[in-house]
Amino acid sequence: MGLELERLGRKFGAVDAVLDLDLVLEEGEFVSLLGPSGCGKTTTLRMIAGFLEPTSGAITLNGRVLATPAGTVPPEKRGMSMIFQSYAIWPNMTVAQNVAFGLKLRKLPTAEINKRVGEILEVVRLNQLADRYPSELSGGQQQRVALARAVVIRPEVLLLDEPLSNLDASLREEMRFEIKRIHDEFRITSVYVTHDQGEAMVTSDRIAVMNHGKIEQVASPFELYNRPRTKFVASFIGRTNFLEARPAGERLEFDGFNLPADCCESPPPQSGVVFSMRPQAFTLHVQEPATVNGPAMKGTVLERAFLGEYWDYTVRLGETTSIRTVAPPAAVFEVGSTPWVSLDQRQAVQMH
Amino acid sequence: MSTTTSTNVAYGGAAARPRVGLLNRFQPSSLVFIGMSLVLVVLIVAPLTALIVKSFTDPATGGFTVANYIDAYGKARHVQALVNTLYMGVAVVALSLAFALPLAWGCSRTDMPFKSFIRAGVFGAFIIPPYLGGIGWILLAGPNSGWLNRAWQGLTGSEASIVNIFSFEGLVLVMAINLYFTMFVLISAAFEMLNSELEDAANILGAGPIKTAWKVTFPLVLPSILGSALLTFLVCIALYGVPALISIPARFPVVVIQLSEFFSYPLRIETAAAYSIPLLLITAVLLLLQRLILSRKGYTAVTGKGGERRMVRLGPWRWVLFGYSAFVVALSVAMPALVLFMAAFSSSWVGGLSLSNLTLQNFNYVLFEHATSQQAIVTSLGLGAVAATFAVLLALSISYIVQRKLVPMPGVLGYLCMAPFVIPGIVLAIAFYSVYALPPVALYGTYTILALAFVTRFLPIAYTTGSAGVRAIHPEMEEAVRILGGGRLYAIRKVVAPLLKRPLAAGWLLIFVPAAQELSTAVFLVGPKTRVVSVVLLDMTEEGEMEKLAALGSVLLVIITIMVLLGIRLLGRDFMVRRS
Ligand SMILES: Nc1ncnc2c1ncn2[C@@H]1O[C@H](COP(=O)(O)OP(=O)(O)OP(=O)(O)O)[C@@H](O)[C@H]1O
Ligand SMILES: [Mg+2]
Repeated sequence: MGLELERLGRKFGAVDAVLDLDLVLEEGEFVSLLGPSGCGKTTTLRMIAGFLEPTSGAITLNGRVLATPAGTVPPEKRGMSMIFQSYAIWPNMTVAQNVAFGLKLRKLPTAEINKRVGEILEVVRLNQLADRYPSELSGGQQQRVALARAVVIRPEVLLLDEPLSNLDASLREEMRFEIKRIHDEFRITSVYVTHDQGEAMVTSDRIAVMNHGKIEQVASPFELYNRPRTKFVASFIGRTNFLEARPAGERLEFDGFNLPADCCESPPPQSGVVFSMRPQAFTLHVQEPATVNGPAMKGTVLERAFLGEYWDYTVRLGETTSIRTVAPPAAVFEVGSTPWVSLDQRQAVQMH
Repeated sequence: MSTTTSTNVAYGGAAARPRVGLLNRFQPSSLVFIGMSLVLVVLIVAPLTALIVKSFTDPATGGFTVANYIDAYGKARHVQALVNTLYMGVAVVALSLAFALPLAWGCSRTDMPFKSFIRAGVFGAFIIPPYLGGIGWILLAGPNSGWLNRAWQGLTGSEASIVNIFSFEGLVLVMAINLYFTMFVLISAAFEMLNSELEDAANILGAGPIKTAWKVTFPLVLPSILGSALLTFLVCIALYGVPALISIPARFPVVVIQLSEFFSYPLRIETAAAYSIPLLLITAVLLLLQRLILSRKGYTAVTGKGGERRMVRLGPWRWVLFGYSAFVVALSVAMPALVLFMAAFSSSWVGGLSLSNLTLQNFNYVLFEHATSQQAIVTSLGLGAVAATFAVLLALSISYIVQRKLVPMPGVLGYLCMAPFVIPGIVLAIAFYSVYALPPVALYGTYTILALAFVTRFLPIAYTTGSAGVRAIHPEMEEAVRILGGGRLYAIRKVVAPLLKRPLAAGWLLIFVPAAQELSTAVFLVGPKTRVVSVVLLDMTEEGEMEKLAALGSVLLVIITIMVLLGIRLLGRDFMVRRS
């Protein structure tokens, strides 16, 4: 049940904008499609909405087939809602008329329509502005109208295409939580397209990270940050260090230290293996620390920058490896000094 | 944002899975495409093809021949008319430029006083059709009895005429006062895009305002000047009304007059077709040239709106500029309109200003007694309205289909809509005559053929306005309707149509005004029962009934002016300016 994308693909000419995409959304789940520009997020969303036909694969909603290359259900018959990047608020209708539009199409009795429009405008805090025209609203208010208009029909699926990208930074922050709040209130199955990881992390139950038309990993924000599967995911979400190791018996040889081989989830190939280690996996010490969860070694501070809430150090380990790490403001090390560096090996994640 | 079709095109359809239900596999898009294409074939492709075919057809046998071309261009007189036409075109462009450029600069870049007065005056030049401007000038500067000549004779007691409109100079003057409007609009638009900082830079280096204008401002708008000059040239060589009044008495034959000669008894439609092909080619080539000039971006810094725009301070010179502008407005609008109205209220237009000469009889005659002119007013207004309505609806539908890419090969439809732009009005008439006037279609002398020809003639204007209107509607506006459960037609009805009201009305008026006054095409397509005002006016000149003619012209002008003022009231001052 829920929304299923099965080996979904879309070609434009010879180019695969989306390729073999598999994704299942549980009912009520909020999933973000996150990825760099041109990775196929909008294309995927528009296939779900019905504005684009897939060239391979299938889309099903609660068991009903919506689209295959053989044919598609048009958008108006899918029972979905969408919030557009341009808001697409109709300028020839008032706020209340915009919001009531979908309900009128469903031929609800007028009393019911008025009641539901009133309720939803209350939720998005626009009840004072019901009779205004869109040209008399601010960007954030227009965004709320779009939100109300999409949610009021209680769609089976809500689609959002970078809904906040036209807002300024502080408003964007506020609207993130607004979207989250409304989702928590109505629990509509939602697909949210964005290239802003902060937005995705605040709003989503799970995030699908896309690259070159494919999904690299789908997981909760916590999991995605702490257990990224690929180098792309690890570097797209937050900052990280990639370190390479060669297996040597029971150990994995890094430049300057080694780890037990069972750090790998799967047996490492002889040619070597890459690990992602976040800056906070490393800790700097003045004296040799008593380590519990991993090795400690001497390093050399190459560069540093003070950012108020933390120090950002670049430290050389071994012969050629340099890593970025962070330290609390009180942990002061001069450039050229040689502190001890400890590693929490539980935070070393093998890349696939 | 990707633009996409949502027409549910089925891809191959081979791998249909048994689970697939409720799939929309209907493809109305090809039907729409075929329908629209057919309409455009009727309006544009068929007449143009017929014109070319006719030019190679032997009138007697129906076989292939090039004799028509020899016939058309074999006589020195006929070639001379073409040369004359090109010569006249160049002179008219030069004079139009002398009118339009200072006025455009004054109105958009300087602190010239009473700008809106000048603008309104120039706008009047758009409303007055060329043949009425021409008639006004015949009343003003006809040899001997023209008002200017009589004023001169009255002042000096001499017997001589000082001005004669029936001359090459007269022809050029009347052409220019009718055509400089387009130049004014296009050049003003370019001036308004210009950034003041460019001029400031020259000022700082020590150039005065006039020098700055000459060295910096004008070179920057040069592409627009050249572009509008080419356009004016084309309109000029194809215009029928003014030469019909002036070039024959001036003994200065031009192409359009020669064409009308082929068109009169004995009718030589094949020769006319052959004779008009070079006109068509010149137009096409020059329009291509105009596009090239205007699209050479690197040449101009006019693009982009950066920086503020300040008015150039002219000091005392501003009054000089105003004086010149007022003079141009007087020549082009005030004087001809005034004499026209005065003649309309006179029993005899040579009788001068006196109470005994004042009469309403002329209006009584054209409105109530003279059956043809009464009928002609109704016909003109009706045809204008019908043509405007059809052209706008057709152009809007096609713009929508093209921009939403609802059909295969949408570009073809768009190009076809713009194609009539290269067809001079008189050539269009020949083309329409070739295919629709004679049996088997036999539409000669019907309202239908006039309406069809007008729709074709004004389709490019309609399409330009329509495209701009549709482009202003973000596709997501409609997608928002569809995702909420409304079909495409519902989206068009509830969102697209309401948002298109303004461009719809603007486009309608932009077509109605010239269509209700159209002459170049109408003159060859009217029948005895379908005469339009312009044609009746032209006949009245031949009969010398100047007062009645003036009355009829005044009625037409008043009606059109009221329509335009209503339009401005409803749509704002700028709605006329978005012409291309
Ligand atoms: N109508 C189209 N015709 C041809 N190529 C297209 C079309 N729409 C999208 N593409 C291509 O498909 C790829 C994916 O585009 P898409 O719009 O889905 O990217 P996106 O992830 O939404 O990017 P952005 O973050 O910039 O919006 C891009 O390479 C794009 O150029
Ligand atoms: Mg996108």
